[in-house]
Amino acid sequence: MNEDQGQVCQRCQQKPAQVHFSKVVNGEKSERYLCEDCAREEGAFHFMLGPQFTVQHVLGGLIGQAGMPANRATVDTRACPDCGYTYREFAESGRLGCDRCYQAFRSELNPLILRLHGRVEHRGKLPSRGAKHLKAQRELDRLRQEMAEAVKREDFEEAAKIRDHIRTLTGGEAHESGI
Amino acid sequence: MNPGFSQWMSGGGPEGDIVLSSRIRLARNLSGMPFPHRMKDEEGRAMLSTVEDAVAELEPGWNIQFKRLDSLAPLERQLLMEKHLVSPMLIQNPIRYEGVALDDRESISIMVNEEDHLRVQVLLPGLQLDEAWQVANRLDDTLEQHLDFAYDENSGYLTAWPTNLGTGLRASVMLHLPALVMTRQAPQVFTTLAQVGIVVRGLYGEGSEALGNIFQISNQVSLGLTEDELVHNLTVVAQQIVGRERNARQHLMEQAQLPLADRVGRAWGILTNARVMTSDEALRLLSDVKLGVDLGLIKGPLPYTFSQLTVMTRPAFLQVDAERELAPGERDQIRAATLRTHLLGKD
Ligand SMILES: [Zn+2]
Ligand SMILES: [Zn+2]
Repeated sequence: MNEDQGQVCQRCQQKPAQVHFSKVVNGEKSERYLCEDCAREEGAFHFMLGPQFTVQHVLGGLIGQAGMPANRATVDTRACPDCGYTYREFAESGRLGCDRCYQAFRSELNPLILRLHGRVEHRGKLPSRGAKHLKAQRELDRLRQEMAEAVKREDFEEAAKIRDHIRTLTGGEAHESGI
Repeated sequence: MNPGFSQWMSGGGPEGDIVLSSRIRLARNLSGMPFPHRMKDEEGRAMLSTVEDAVAELEPGWNIQFKRLDSLAPLERQLLMEKHLVSPMLIQNPIRYEGVALDDRESISIMVNEEDHLRVQVLLPGLQLDEAWQVANRLDDTLEQHLDFAYDENSGYLTAWPTNLGTGLRASVMLHLPALVMTRQAPQVFTTLAQVGIVVRGLYGEGSEALGNIFQISNQVSLGLTEDELVHNLTVVAQQIVGRERNARQHLMEQAQLPLADRVGRAWGILTNARVMTSDEALRLLSDVKLGVDLGLIKGPLPYTFSQLTVMTRPAFLQVDAERELAPGERDQIRAATLRTHLLGKD
């Protein structure tokens, strides 16, 4: 069974399509059908990727599906408070206006990001200034947790030790940033 | 101005006969500034100055020089594109506030105000994605000491397109796959790649045709995996494609050596004798000759690498080399002459 049967070549619009390309973006499939002549030139095969294959062109459609059609009108008029880019501009172009747009359109973006990448959580590197801050924050969270547990089991000596440690850490932070 | 060759064209590196080059690109933006497509002219110019200053702060060992695109002639801009140092997008008119920083070996390029504020690229010959990532990572670490990159602790680096979000990393490999094309396995291989999240493009990126049987493969997903994982995954896929290309070559040698030798011999004959040649024909014939040399059907090595030959027959390279603008007809004559002399080692 050949699902390409009956298709006309999308390039010359004449001969029957025999070569089939498809591209899948997290479950969203876009397809292209060509005849052999168009797909092969003098024995050399030229792989054509029309502009309709770029992810950017698929994005518009994905955003439409990711948004909520019911309150489309209210969503449409919303804009990024920092750069003034509107949700409508984003949905039409598929790209953001500035880094703060990610916050402004977060609820619409998250399902889109999930569709594009299959995940939403970054696991790669971060700027070391930021990463240092993040690491310190995580360390503090861990210590506060430990302190709470020590208090719960009435190990006040241990809790005080942890509290002093936290003070050193936060004091160090404040000193470093010149406060 | 001498058009010159970049280090990535040297033809060396692991799997260098089939893998022409490896590239890592990191998309970075400065926080609190509109992305380039939304910039006012003065914001764009301010961004150029900010990046120019940051590049000036780099240690001298990087040997990176900053250029505003409006300081370059249109042919020089096109030459950078033909050498894969900038994208077609960056040199698209009108030139407003674009810039590029290049190192002396033309292995590193930082595009400014393309689709993102910065796109840091490292380009190496052969299959060396991990090596290219190590360089890009170090350069990124250095740049962020001077530039306030936009990021979010959960989403990673924030980019103009949500498709680049997270690592902002795109790894790509340029492959010469004549035997997969001749044996008509290419469409099936590429369909399979698409299904595992690998994008296939032609020689000059998005929407371009695979001239000279040269294909570029890259990762589609940039979020949720570490840079090392992304780089490793694409390296493994590239190795698999190289393996299939080698099998196809062996198959051709066993099953069709005479027609293959005839084809590459004819390509050599035309390249070394023609008086008029378009750049598309040159790429097609050079691909055949390269395959012939790889398989020992033509005596090698050639005086220039395949990468050098493909770049030196492109329109801007020819014109910069000739130090003047050439009409298309004249270009085709000079291209034919260039190929004759360079392939026969008579320059
Ligand atoms: Zn056709
Ligand atoms: Zn914004």
